[in-house]
Amino acid sequence: MLTFTIRRLFMAIPTLLFISLIIFLILDLAPSDPTASLPLTIPPEVRAEIRASLGLDEPIHIRFLLWLQQFFVNEPLNLFEQWTGWTIGDGDRTRVISWQTRSPVVDIIAQRMPQTLWVVGTAYVVGILIALPIGIYSAYRQYSIFDQAGTFITMVGFSVPPFFSGVLVIVIFAVQLGWFPSVYDTTHVVVDWDSFVVQLKQMILPVMVLALQITSQISRFMRASMLDNLNQDYVRTARAKGLTETVVVMVHVLRNSMIPVVTVIALGVPQVFGGAIITEQVFKVNGLGHLLIGAIQGGDIPTVQTLTFIFAVLIVLFNLIADVLYGILDPRIRYD
Amino acid sequence: MTDLTTLEAETYQKPRNQWWDVWDQFKTHKGALIGAAFFIFVLIFVFLGPIFWTLDAQYIDIRARSQGPSWAHPMGTDQLGRDTLSRIMVGGQTSLLVGLTAMLLALIVGTLVGVLAGYFKRLDGILMRLTDLFLALPLLPLLLVIIMLFRDTLRAQFGPEKGIFILIVFVIGITSWMQTARIVRGDVLALKEREFVLAARSIGTPPYRMITRHVLPNVLSPIMVSATLGIANAIITESALSFLGLGFPSDFPTWGRLLFDGTDWLQRNPERVIWPGLAISLTVLSVNYIGDGLRDALDPRIRGR
Repeated sequence: MLTFTIRRLFMAIPTLLFISLIIFLILDLAPSDPTASLPLTIPPEVRAEIRASLGLDEPIHIRFLLWLQQFFVNEPLNLFEQWTGWTIGDGDRTRVISWQTRSPVVDIIAQRMPQTLWVVGTAYVVGILIALPIGIYSAYRQYSIFDQAGTFITMVGFSVPPFFSGVLVIVIFAVQLGWFPSVYDTTHVVVDWDSFVVQLKQMILPVMVLALQITSQISRFMRASMLDNLNQDYVRTARAKGLTETVVVMVHVLRNSMIPVVTVIALGVPQVFGGAIITEQVFKVNGLGHLLIGAIQGGDIPTVQTLTFIFAVLIVLFNLIADVLYGILDPRIRYD
Repeated sequence: MTDLTTLEAETYQKPRNQWWDVWDQFKTHKGALIGAAFFIFVLIFVFLGPIFWTLDAQYIDIRARSQGPSWAHPMGTDQLGRDTLSRIMVGGQTSLLVGLTAMLLALIVGTLVGVLAGYFKRLDGILMRLTDLFLALPLLPLLLVIIMLFRDTLRAQFGPEKGIFILIVFVIGITSWMQTARIVRGDVLALKEREFVLAARSIGTPPYRMITRHVLPNVLSPIMVSATLGIANAIITESALSFLGLGFPSDFPTWGRLLFDGTDWLQRNPERVIWPGLAISLTVLSVNYIGDGLRDALDPRIRGR
């Protein structure tokens, strides 16, 4: 198992390098000019100097290698120095600088990360906690009214895009009923019970929208996986030797059904980050998705590149985690 | 002797086309049937509706701005007095066309990659690595970036509407073929071991004929199922792009764009958000149900039970 994990980790490196090259090339080959939004009164030679100060006069392979060095060597070293307080070398390294704010991209991402993690993480946990019981029960009572209703609701959850369900809950709960705020205030600090309630209130709507999607995906997987296992021979054996129905379903069947579901949960994490881009836009959550959209509209290529690459890293990482989890949970699958 | 012939004539039925079996199974799935009926209704509403509802979607009647539902405007009007019903129809044409063409593109690419990878062993490794690579790309951010960066060039080349249409269809199609390719490859690999393929090869069928005559018809069912999912995916992606302000321009409505424009008038005219949102959701829901029914109907293990 360990050798498999290590081999997959080494396999991930060329994949990530290739993805970073693709992202770099897409951004570079695009006919856009970072100085295009500057005033027209700037003379062309000053414009050329601005481009040179952004590092755009270098040939493409130099810029790619430079970005790789900045992202894979300099930034981790900087983080390491911040955590430990040590200084490695002279401690003065070039970093990936945002064109919009002229500050290091990694610092901006570190500022925005908590908001996204809070909303996405809560939604994911809530979604899973709702999905598992629904999946288990609708598989156990297949074709019952509960199952039919559950299937319909999960279909709706699949089909209603977050930008509609988000706007819909704003219309209902924020405009008509006035229960919750429609905008997520990221400057809000939790100090006591009252401010905690405010934080809870503003999180309910975005979490609800994201959790609806997660619930519908995972409960369908849970149901299918339970159905696969409920007809197996070992379930009949367990019933025949007199185990109670609770033990049969909740211990024997559930443990085996969870194997594919756990991997689906791991695989879904990067997707949720992607889906949060839209939800953050609807509820004005000041997170990573918001940052990405702003950077795209401002033509801030270093930020876009770094963020897109971080999303790619998440996908590769969680694919790896899912594979390893599958090997650990299912003794029939051994990769070595 | 005569008895036997009459008996044979009685029990003999015309060989039934297998698609009738599929249809029979499809009919038993109530959700799929309703979904199919609704999808056909949406197609008629969107493409034939403008013949009966002749109000121009671009006609600005500033005196009738921001109205609620009335007989003159059953779905109300927007802030410039344009009729929402006819805008929904025109917007639906674009949304559905984007969905259908992007799905076709994704299917063609996916089937091609899947069949080639499954049939030719030499291509398998490299094509599947490519598929894995595409699956590891963060799609929504990349879509946004590509559209933002290439929008103006294509607009200049093909005109504002056609340029953005080509761009959106292309990027959605090129980023959603991977699932189809994987499923088709798996099925082709299994088919290759069957006797009829061996028989066809032993009489010297060339690979091209082999693929078109023997392999493709047998992998049609997974392709059809992923076609329905592809339509749903493409419609949602196009609306999401329009919603983020990176889709079609405002004077060229799609359902996603109408929803996006409506959010600014949420408190005054909430129905401006609800109509296009319902149109997207119900269409996608019906397509998903059709896919569900098709999956059951095309599965010979379930069919006939």
